[in-house]
Amino acid sequence: MKRLRLRTNVDNWLTYGLVIVAYIAVRLLLAGGNISYALQGQLVPITVYIVMAVSLNLTVGVLGELSLGHAGFMSVGAFSGAITATLLELLADTTSTTWIRLGLSTPWIRLSLAMLIGGIIAGIFGFLVGVPVLRLQGDYLAIVTLAFGEIIKNVMSILYVGYDANGIRVSMDSANALKLDEGGTIIMNGPMGVIGITKLSSFTAGFILILITLIIVLNLINSRAGRAIKAVRDDKIATESVGISVWRYRMMAFVTSATLAGAAGALYALNYSSVVARKFDFNTSILVLVFVVLGGMGNIRGSIIAATVLTVLPEVLRAFNEYRMLTYAVILIAVMLVRNNATLQHVYKQIGARLSKSLPTRKKGSEV
Amino acid sequence: MNESRSKTKMVPLPSQAIIPERDATQRPILEVYRLGINFGGLVAVEDFNIAVGRTEICGLIGPNGAGKTTIFNLLTKVYQPTSGAILLDGKDTSNMNTAQINRAGIARTFQNIRLFPSLSVEDNVKIGLHNEIGYNMGTGILRLPAFYKAERHAKERAMDLLNLFDMTPLASHRAGSLPYGAQRRLEFVRALATNPKLLLLDEPAAGMNPSETEELMSNIEKIRDQFQIAIMLIEHDMRLVMGICEGIAVLNYGQIIAKGTPKEIQTNPLVIEAYLGKKKGHQVC
Ligand SMILES: Nc1ncnc2c1ncn2[C@@H]1O[C@H](COP(=O)(O)OP(=O)(O)OP(=O)(O)O)[C@@H](O)[C@H]1O
Ligand SMILES: [Mg+2]
Repeated sequence: MKRLRLRTNVDNWLTYGLVIVAYIAVRLLLAGGNISYALQGQLVPITVYIVMAVSLNLTVGVLGELSLGHAGFMSVGAFSGAITATLLELLADTTSTTWIRLGLSTPWIRLSLAMLIGGIIAGIFGFLVGVPVLRLQGDYLAIVTLAFGEIIKNVMSILYVGYDANGIRVSMDSANALKLDEGGTIIMNGPMGVIGITKLSSFTAGFILILITLIIVLNLINSRAGRAIKAVRDDKIATESVGISVWRYRMMAFVTSATLAGAAGALYALNYSSVVARKFDFNTSILVLVFVVLGGMGNIRGSIIAATVLTVLPEVLRAFNEYRMLTYAVILIAVMLVRNNATLQHVYKQIGARLSKSLPTRKKGSEV
Repeated sequence: MNESRSKTKMVPLPSQAIIPERDATQRPILEVYRLGINFGGLVAVEDFNIAVGRTEICGLIGPNGAGKTTIFNLLTKVYQPTSGAILLDGKDTSNMNTAQINRAGIARTFQNIRLFPSLSVEDNVKIGLHNEIGYNMGTGILRLPAFYKAERHAKERAMDLLNLFDMTPLASHRAGSLPYGAQRRLEFVRALATNPKLLLLDEPAAGMNPSETEELMSNIEKIRDQFQIAIMLIEHDMRLVMGICEGIAVLNYGQIIAKGTPKEIQTNPLVIEAYLGKKKGHQVC
């Protein structure tokens, strides 16, 4: 059993290692000018989708519940993050307290606060969605998260937020209904979304968010709470029979997942000068779900690889021009077939066994 | 629940007679009064009364479909009783759910084994230790010293418990990949890990060969002696039931038809009839 423990540890370090090595490699390539302009634009989105996929894997793969509205939480995080960042910038300009001004004029502090607030608010939404649903037995989560994603998309499209000397104003009618003063600013303008965002996100910020996400998710999975979450996935009645509240751990996994999606959403929004609600639709939710499924349920490293490859792929496939989406679909199907092929899986297992045999093991005889 | 309870008349403590002498001076760990449930029109259990002594091993037997498993499901609130009262250690359990019942002191195994099949044997036991370990989510994520301390403790406890059934070599195996007998033992260990006062075993010997059953019998007695807990078991293997149970209740069509010591039960004509049908000699024509 030392061995299983060792294997999880090695596994986790491999995941961290992969991310760190990939980051360094990209930095070097960037320095050498070896990354195309189009691909450079994809760097932050890749980190965002990695965080999205890893966090969704916590709900789908580890907790075993289907969520079809992960983009909804991303949206909540994106808008609350973008609004926070804009407000902080305004505050930095108007405040008379020196240390606040100095702090808030530092971009990474604004970005961190925006991601934090985006995450917290998305987490609160996760909790509100979870309260009625997670007490129910059965697959209600899928349908409710699906509806949640759609509702959020529509609500965000009619939301107007402004700021003036009297504070923050919110309306769901029109920008005029905000009744802002002379010097007021419209932060969020209905279907046009949040405009005039100062770009704060960077590839490094995305890399750090991935590391934080991994620390949270991997440490959670390999702890008391994580065991309870996996127990819920395997058998709810048995879980209750050993004195664990199923509701509590479903909620814990779901809210953590929503929070991380919110932080990723904030990072995403602050990578552009404007952000609109349409971006976070059902297709985005499904896209992230595809990353999780192809990467493997509960397989965190798999999610990272799938999110990266499948975000880069359409860019690379641009060369194929009109056959681009066709090729993309064919590659998806091929990956699915390969992953589910019994012979190949046997080969993987053999390779895995080789690898783990070459690791220092304490007791071989434990294989009874 | 409370409403239905107030309607039921409290009956004198049932089956006091079969509680072993060493427990007789103490309040029974479990007292059940007029417990009943019906599914739609089907009365699965009716007017079920029992008391279980603090260190008693008692048996619940009866033909297939008699309602034995249903009683375990009622005691652990997997089903909500339609009538009756369950007192655990003198405390009313009517407002508790399954998880709270376990924390209050009842652990169980399932007739159709319910392990966490994708997890290791060790993790299955550690999940049983969940409430004993008790560090919070933040400690786990931040890997604070309390995390390592609690996990070390959990590991030691898990290994000790597995050792009771000589299962330590299996610790790293997937629970779902274990042979049937080992799965049953693991369920037993997991239930024990929750530190129960009363352990409910639903057909613990099912699928075991005679020598495994023999070992199980001595293990059940060993556990009772070592942990000083009460054990209530459902079993069709009469050698096991008669061999280790101090008190036996016989159920037929959801009702208790006999209660007593193994000797009394073996010779009870009602019991023989329930199991074998009317004997030829007893028939009128
Ligand atoms: N959830 C349920 N809904 C409807 N009927 C049920 C339910 N659970 C049990 N029953 C019925 O209650 C009766 C008792 O079932 P139970 O499983 O308690 O029997 P048992 O004594 O454990 O039998 P066995 O020895 O075969 O395990 C059966 O007629 C069964 O069909
Ligand atoms: Mg049964």
